[in-house]
Amino acid sequence: MKEIRIHGRGGQGSVTAAELLAVAAFADGKFSQAFPAFGVERRGAPVQAFTRISDSTIRLRSQIYEPDYVIVQDPTLLEVVDVASGAKDDGIIIINTEFAPETFKLETKATIMTVDATRIALDIIGRPIVNTVLLGAFAGATGEIKPKSIQDAVKERFPGKVGEKNAEAIQKVYDMMMETKA
Amino acid sequence: MAPTRNVNKEKMVVVEGSYSIAHSVKICRPNVISAYPITPQTHIVENLSQFMADGEIPNCEYINVESEFSALSALVGASAVGARSYSATTSQGLELMHEVLFNVSGMRLPVVMTVINRAVSAPINIWNDQQDSISQRDTGWIQLYAEDTQEMADMTAQAFKIAEDKDVLLPAMVCMDGFILSHVYEPVVLLEQDLVDKYLPAYNPEFVLDPKNPKSFGAFADPSTYTEFRFLQEKAMGVALQKIEDAANEFNELFGRYYGGLIDEYDTEDADIIIMAMGSVIGTIKDVIDARRSKGEKVGLLKVRSFRPFPKEAIKKVVKDAKVVVVLDKNISIGLNEGALFTETKSCFYNTKIDVPVVGYMIGHGGRDIPMGTIENIIDEAKDVMSSGIKVESQFTDIREELI
Repeated sequence: MKEIRIHGRGGQGSVTAAELLAVAAFADGKFSQAFPAFGVERRGAPVQAFTRISDSTIRLRSQIYEPDYVIVQDPTLLEVVDVASGAKDDGIIIINTEFAPETFKLETKATIMTVDATRIALDIIGRPIVNTVLLGAFAGATGEIKPKSIQDAVKERFPGKVGEKNAEAIQKVYDMMMETKA
Repeated sequence: MAPTRNVNKEKMVVVEGSYSIAHSVKICRPNVISAYPITPQTHIVENLSQFMADGEIPNCEYINVESEFSALSALVGASAVGARSYSATTSQGLELMHEVLFNVSGMRLPVVMTVINRAVSAPINIWNDQQDSISQRDTGWIQLYAEDTQEMADMTAQAFKIAEDKDVLLPAMVCMDGFILSHVYEPVVLLEQDLVDKYLPAYNPEFVLDPKNPKSFGAFADPSTYTEFRFLQEKAMGVALQKIEDAANEFNELFGRYYGGLIDEYDTEDADIIIMAMGSVIGTIKDVIDARRSKGEKVGLLKVRSFRPFPKEAIKKVVKDAKVVVVLDKNISIGLNEGALFTETKSCFYNTKIDVPVVGYMIGHGGRDIPMGTIENIIDEAKDVMSSGIKVESQFTDIREELI
């Protein structure tokens, strides 16, 4: 089983991203579970959402304490939240930022990867909304999920032009991550 | 019957728990829905309102009200004229219904209500425990508790069938953990209309309010007759014990899914330690049991699906040969320092030959997360009870001493 923790701020769509990841993983033939960290939703406050992906039925209902993967939507969170908390040594932390991974001195053995999802989102979608875009980065960085499954899930949730633009941005970020890895 | 759960991935979709419940309600063909939105039940009524607006629930009236008290009061009238009636609430909303809960059960109206379990104020807390429904224990409603979103969806149809049975005619609460189940996205088979139509016949009550054939419901009962009303309610609960089993078995025959009837068992057959619990913590316990079993430890689980009627005989049969029974409660009777499932489990062994130590843990209050480690600790302490007897009979788990 793989466990994913998404850090964001209220209003950035962390919960939606966790849900879309679960939908996409199921489309890929896996079992999945997504749930919010049950906060009192306030715009701008730090929030967390979780996704589990497994080859078999998922029964565990606790929150995620030792994630395989962490997605950080907003680099300002690093000042207020320990995003690396419990991350597995062989895990990956994906941060949305213009800066290189070396910039971030996190206490973790997990691999830090960065992607400027905000710029891609502004270029392609025209708005600085990165929750779906970062799922493309997740697919590229981890290989846990097909980018097409994410694009399909996003297009189903956001039909029409919005979905198409998001799918384009997802592809772009996925390709960038694949290049980084190569 | 051996527990079975066919996983049919072809039929599954990944949706929110609240959606799958709302879908089940729609498929059960309700005639009147009345509910007042309250977190974390809100997504259920939003989805139902959407279905209504889209014309997807034929022959149904959605009554908007200004409070939970009114929501359930509206359903008293609706159910009395023979309408299949549904509501959903949680926490403070359920507590506000308290008076009407007695009216519904006393008039023998088979209203079905989803209770999304949430802590009660004060202090205000929107997160999960089961204090809200447990506090309504004696209102004469059937109370069923679900483990995951598939069971929630399926239990909703089962509840209508049980409640409306002419030998039962009692209202039913279908209880499920707030946020943990109401807001989770996971794969689920949404109930199919053709199968539910076979499973759940139209509600056709023998007695209805009808101006052409006037009758009284809930009318005055003086000391010469009131006792018999109470006696008959209790008798109906006794009948419901079997009907709950029947409803689960019939559901399995048609849909191929079974989660137990009154109770369910997991690795109990040779178990020294048996954990008892209700609701979403069941899944976490199963994962811990698998890990312990792989180390050769004889740990099992007794899942209680029906809290009312209380399945005394079923429980006794499962635990009689265990060495320790551990009961987990997401509620407390303050002043007794015990959760309700613990108290009632103990009481059903008294005056019998069963002499098994029973210990209780109050757990997961106000949304306190229950990681696997908490269950691991409880099992370790149960092993101590096996070797050296009970040291603490009932206690809170995971108390933060630094806050006290």
